[in-house]
Amino acid sequence: MIEVENIEDQNGLRPDGRRALELRQIRVKMGVFGQADGSAYIEQGNTKILVTVYGPHQPRGSTGRSTSNITKGIVNCQYSMAVFSLSSGERKRKPRGDRKSQERSLQLKHAMEAIIHLEIYPRSQIDIYVEALQVDGSEYCASVNAATLALIDAGIPIKNYAIGCTVTLINNPSLEDEDNALGKGVLDANYVEECTPGVTLSVVALPNNDSTSKDGLIVVAQGAGQRLHLSQFESLKARVLYGCQDIRTILDYAVREYLTEQSLPSLFHVALN
Amino acid sequence: MEEYPPIIVRLAINRIDLNLIKNENVQPRIYTPGEEISSQPDFLRGHGTYVDDENTLRASVAGVLEKVNKLISIRPLKARYQGEIGDVIVGRITEVQQKRWKVDTNSKLDSVLLLSSVNLPGGELRRRSAEDEQTMRRYLQEGDLICAEVQSTFVDGSLSLHTRVLKYGKLSQGIMLKVSPALIKRKKTHFHNLESGASLILGNNGYIWIGANKQDSDRSEGGFTQDLSRIPQINREVCARLRNCILILAQCNIQLTDTSVTYAYEESMKYKINELLEPEIMIDVSLLTHQRLIQQ
Repeated sequence: MIEVENIEDQNGLRPDGRRALELRQIRVKMGVFGQADGSAYIEQGNTKILVTVYGPHQPRGSTGRSTSNITKGIVNCQYSMAVFSLSSGERKRKPRGDRKSQERSLQLKHAMEAIIHLEIYPRSQIDIYVEALQVDGSEYCASVNAATLALIDAGIPIKNYAIGCTVTLINNPSLEDEDNALGKGVLDANYVEECTPGVTLSVVALPNNDSTSKDGLIVVAQGAGQRLHLSQFESLKARVLYGCQDIRTILDYAVREYLTEQSLPSLFHVALN
Repeated sequence: MEEYPPIIVRLAINRIDLNLIKNENVQPRIYTPGEEISSQPDFLRGHGTYVDDENTLRASVAGVLEKVNKLISIRPLKARYQGEIGDVIVGRITEVQQKRWKVDTNSKLDSVLLLSSVNLPGGELRRRSAEDEQTMRRYLQEGDLICAEVQSTFVDGSLSLHTRVLKYGKLSQGIMLKVSPALIKRKKTHFHNLESGASLILGNNGYIWIGANKQDSDRSEGGFTQDLSRIPQINREVCARLRNCILILAQCNIQLTDTSVTYAYEESMKYKINELLEPEIMIDVSLLTHQRLIQQ
């Protein structure tokens, strides 16, 4: 059981020593599988996610038969959590197919459909397989980030980075003054913070280099059992966009690093001309 | 008891970075998705780019800029094979349908090989009868490997193939390898008979075929016969060595041509075939090959 006392701020710091707007350490690896078209591995603190992308390819089986969507490509997402992934120590009975995983798959699919240029790929299918190896909060957001990287690795055209970040409003009854830093929502919550009485919002945004764009904001409220007052929403949104911007900078740097490292001789020919 | 080579297990941290031949003096300008390329309206948008609501040209893949006059496109590091007419490809039959075969060619959609664009046994100008349609599976089955040329592309981007020239057709005995299509450049010829006695087909789609025999010239049966005679041990070892050499070149991002494969093959002769899969030896072979390619 999590002690509520631990959540209380110590000099404005969170239980793991971060400040309110501080992210956990992000480590990225791209191209981890040779066989898949694209793959990526991301660590956000202790949340570890592995994503592989196959495609675009000819749909096989029953999905190929239905000609309902001949002008656009199909995105197929599968979110699964490894049986050993839970940080509480207990084992999951089923890695995929339960309610939570199905819901996550669907949410991930919506996010990916929003960024992929599907009109380029009529009649083909893109498979995105997400495997959560270790879960320590914000796993949906980490998997969105990893899926974006895997899509980039596969060379699939996307509009922009889809960046996921959570914001948690820690609703501590003992926290009286409203101006307190932690009282306005903290970024990139870990498992302990997600379990506190409060609201956690998972937000997927398409942040730009220059300015924060208003469009393409997906907000998923996670079951927190508490209501969020609309007046607090704007300030949370501003905070989470700030976090998304930071994550984007980190991921963008990683992509550039990877590309310079892996560039093929044929790529240099182009750059020289 | 047969002697098996020892299995080497090593930790992930001892992994060796195989991409040694970096081009340090050239730092290409890399674009990432969502990055602005130009806000001027007089550019044509090519592959890997899109125009957003504010009429800004933005990149949609991560890669380098390619510019032809006013056409701007971004080329990604790796992508599926984009077919062009005249390409030589190696593919695998996935489906037999009415009057056509479906072929997996590493592209976005399966390619099509029409019954009317293959050479059937007995005469060039034979009419395709209903009987031919019924016996299609006798010529090419699911899982068969073929070599073909791209005849045309359809509106949705899928390819139409043909095997009308006698050098194309069914592949019999050998090894198929999959590498990135970017490693294979379009050349005058993609069929090579190597001095070691094997034949090599470098498909533009990134599929490579190492044939155990030299390309047999007898194709009177329309290229559907398979030579299934026993291959001597020596030839099989040549194929295995070639396969490992091509994998080394692909891992180290060296362009695949008949010269680079031959060089790698010659440099690898001092090692045993199974040793070629060890990282240190892979690096040695790739560096020696790279040196010889530069010296040219």
